[in-house]
Amino acid sequence: MKERWRMLYTLLCYNSEDVVFSWSQEEDDAVMARLSVVHERLHREGKLGPSLRLLPTTAATTLRKSDPPLIIDGPFAETKEQLLGFYVVDCESLDEALEIARELGRANPGGSYEVRPVRLFVPGASMADRPTA
Amino acid sequence: MTEIAWIHAAITAARPQAIGALLRYFRDLETAEEAFQDACLRALKSWPQNGPPRDPTAWLILVGRNAALDGVRKTRRLEALPDEAALSDLDDVETPLAERLDGSHYRDDVLRLLFICCHPDLPATQQVALALRIVSGLSVRQIARAFLVSEAAMEQRITRAKARIAAADVAFETPGPVERSERLAAVIAMIYLVFNEGYSAGDNGARSQLCDEAIRLVRLLLRLFQTEPEVMGLAALMLLQHARTPARLDEQGQAILLDDQDRSLWNRKMIAEGLALIDKAMRHQRAGAYQIQAALAATHARAQTPADTDWAQIDHLYAALERLQPSPVVTLNRAVAVGKLHGPAEALALIEPLAERLAGYFHFFGAKGAFLLQLGRRDEAQAAFDRAISLAANAPDAAHIRQHLDKLMRDSAPPDRRTAG
Repeated sequence: MKERWRMLYTLLCYNSEDVVFSWSQEEDDAVMARLSVVHERLHREGKLGPSLRLLPTTAATTLRKSDPPLIIDGPFAETKEQLLGFYVVDCESLDEALEIARELGRANPGGSYEVRPVRLFVPGASMADRPTA
Repeated sequence: MTEIAWIHAAITAARPQAIGALLRYFRDLETAEEAFQDACLRALKSWPQNGPPRDPTAWLILVGRNAALDGVRKTRRLEALPDEAALSDLDDVETPLAERLDGSHYRDDVLRLLFICCHPDLPATQQVALALRIVSGLSVRQIARAFLVSEAAMEQRITRAKARIAAADVAFETPGPVERSERLAAVIAMIYLVFNEGYSAGDNGARSQLCDEAIRLVRLLLRLFQTEPEVMGLAALMLLQHARTPARLDEQGQAILLDDQDRSLWNRKMIAEGLALIDKAMRHQRAGAYQIQAALAATHARAQTPADTDWAQIDHLYAALERLQPSPVVTLNRAVAVGKLHGPAEALALIEPLAERLAGYFHFFGAKGAFLLQLGRRDEAQAAFDRAISLAANAPDAAHIRQHLDKLMRDSAPPDRRTAG
């Protein structure tokens, strides 16, 4: 059978934090319930990789990869740079996450890492064997 | 989410900034509130027809301002402005107008609005009521239920608060750094007051909603002041405390002590956010009372079971709090940690000098009795517990001490076994 070219996509979720955090628990639960219907189908089809729900931007810290790196409270706020990728790292503390960010920054200087805690992590199907570009 | 639900969420989210900006124009709380109400009514009519605007907050500010000016013009028989139907679909006009309206004032608008609600001329109960009405947008009925008073009484309380604000001297200029930090401190205290109103209510649904409101307010403040460690500390403290709410009360609505709570009921999401925020705050190395209290709550939250509690850390944190805000109650709390670390004799030695200042304090005699009991000094323990019961402010507190007393009565074992506790 002919191998089809596959591509992994990420869907990056944007919305107004003010609005989403004004949802009542019932509204939040209702949204999650509707989403889980879609998630389950995608999961059965083996199409769903890891999905994450992040804590609000107020919990974010940004490491600007200058020399020495500059640590700023709050989310990444520049508009001249674009989101090019992301890591999920398992850490004991913010300090450890920032240390990893520093190390990655030494290997790949320039730009910033916004370090944001993850509120909900669903590992999804393993995509290790999927060919990517 | 339905369209109407989305509109309500957008309006709730926009409220503090919109009323804050309208207050800056009109310099009058009543006018600003009415202008915002007007804009909301128009949004409910216009948005379902014309689609939601790109920036709902700017739309509400603009339409609210025009509505209020329109009212002024009508009474002065001046020419009316174009109506909101013409405004709402002018997307190009909206953005520059919004920028002209707001820009850098946004942060100080919201802070001013919050600060007005905790004006020093207002008693604490009025501060909280006003903030919930004006900033959170709760109805008078909701607030009245939360405070267990009649709607008429709450209406009167809020009206009085507004009258005092109108009579008070409120600065509308952009605040300087010193004034801004004073305002921030007052606002932080007011938000914690809102939280405690809810937290102390136990299982009263209407009141415990106040905890959610306080958390919403502190998130708002934190977005405006992203580098203030005490704001992070307050947010962390409230999240970590509120996380325990599902485990705090038994079926009869009586308080369950921290050691006896089912920790699997604690809200993991809130704990995660609280721990993330206290981690962030501590990096600043600018200790503050809210940060230390949050760090204490974090130490308990990190312990899987009571036995895993890092008592050395608790001792260390209470010692830091003692230095920052010396108080016999803080020392008493530290004594509990000292008791766990070094035994009841040292704990007792730490609290004995407090006897005079805490002569009327229930928890002093509860703790003293517990330490004495551990030391096998039964008669003295019983005297302390009796005193505690006479001072108990509520039934659960008294019931908790009675358990100790019952145990004392039942316990006829020799002293070496009695001291094992």
